[in-house]
Amino acid sequence: MIDIVIDVTLLAFLVTTSVAIVRMTNLFAIVMLYGIFSLLSAGLFVVMDAPDVAFTEAAVGAGISTVLMLATLALVKRPQKPYFDEAPRAHLPWLPLVVVAITGSALVYGTWDIPAFGDPDAPAQIHVARYYIENAMPETGVPNIVTAVLASYRGFDTLGEVTVIFTAAVAVLLLIGGRRSNQRIEGQRDET
Amino acid sequence: MKPDLILRLVAKFVIPLIILFALYVQFHGDFGPGGGFQAGVIFSAAFILYALVFGLDAAEKIIPSRWLSMLAALGVIIYAGVGVVSLPLGGNYLDYSLLGGNQIAGQHLGILLVELGVGITVAAAMLILFFSFAGRGRD
Amino acid sequence: MDFFIGHYNYWVVIVLMMVGLYTVISRGNLIKKIIGLNMFQVSVFLLYISLGTVEGGAAPIIAEGVNTYSNPLPHVLILTAIVVGVATTALALALVVRIKESYGTIEEDEIHHLDHSL
Repeated sequence: MIDIVIDVTLLAFLVTTSVAIVRMTNLFAIVMLYGIFSLLSAGLFVVMDAPDVAFTEAAVGAGISTVLMLATLALVKRPQKPYFDEAPRAHLPWLPLVVVAITGSALVYGTWDIPAFGDPDAPAQIHVARYYIENAMPETGVPNIVTAVLASYRGFDTLGEVTVIFTAAVAVLLLIGGRRSNQRIEGQRDET
Repeated sequence: MKPDLILRLVAKFVIPLIILFALYVQFHGDFGPGGGFQAGVIFSAAFILYALVFGLDAAEKIIPSRWLSMLAALGVIIYAGVGVVSLPLGGNYLDYSLLGGNQIAGQHLGILLVELGVGITVAAAMLILFFSFAGRGRD
Repeated sequence: MDFFIGHYNYWVVIVLMMVGLYTVISRGNLIKKIIGLNMFQVSVFLLYISLGTVEGGAAPIIAEGVNTYSNPLPHVLILTAIVVGVATTALALALVVRIKESYGTIEEDEIHHLDHSL
């Protein structure tokens, strides 16, 4: 029972935060609210028995990505006040709203056939998941099934993910690593 | 801009604890919640905190950017290398069972090494991201 | 009523997803678009973890006296997706920084105006 109460409270907070993010125009406040959004979802992951995921989301979503977004804001702010406001909308909000409403209702219609939340006999729970839970400890000797699946059963997958992170870091270095060289290039143009 | 005294003191007190916690998460990930991804992010958070409080130049003195790109590559090499080692032993790629005396020991060693590779790459990549963004606004 | 209790979690997650999508397609500011994408991403994570939850299950760490565990597979997929997500977000933010440096603005309609593309 207490699980459901916490679940509903956190979901309500999440919806409120997301609506506030849409409606606000100050980008600094929006980035801070996004940090709160991540932290709340980390709490929700704990309620849904996923401590590993909650751990990562709290460290990454509320920590690193907020810092990166603040650093970006400092780089793209306007020269005069207001520094961080987005420009007022030019077009009408109705068309996106209609698109979103249609997509959302299609998705809700899709949930009609999903097994109820927490159903132990759902198809997702009885095939490969049961194999992992029964065999991870005897086959790998690692009590944390998530670690066993991550590093051993799905080792190829994780190798790919690590390579993606490495590639993204390389790409960011290529894009904005090192000092800005605009002035030098313009100077060279003037000489030629 | 001179940072606050309290901020500096608290940071000096907290940063070793964060690094210790990251190492715990890294090497205790087999038994409790944790693993390479989380440990790498927490580890880089300690250095980001250092850079935010003491300045970017001081942080780059501790870990030069050149090292970071090497470390990011090193993690991927450790991961892929563990897979290659099991090939001459007669196993499939990334099959850890042959690394140790028996299957359990081999799997345990393989998982530990692979998680170490993940942790190194993630920590280095996160620091590269932060230093690129923060260094862009310096001049 | 049972149907409602069994499904409200999915519906709220879909609402969050749609708020994220709305932010992406209705706002012109590039940073706000990226935040909308991130909100969409976090809602997908929530959907996956919701599908893996088992009534009365414990966290998937083998312990004495525990018989039901939640599904570990979604946890593995989402765990890696979160870290990959922040790496790709950083790539998007780097592109925004470069756009700001060459166009002097991060508003979509002003960029189109400068490009004479709309």
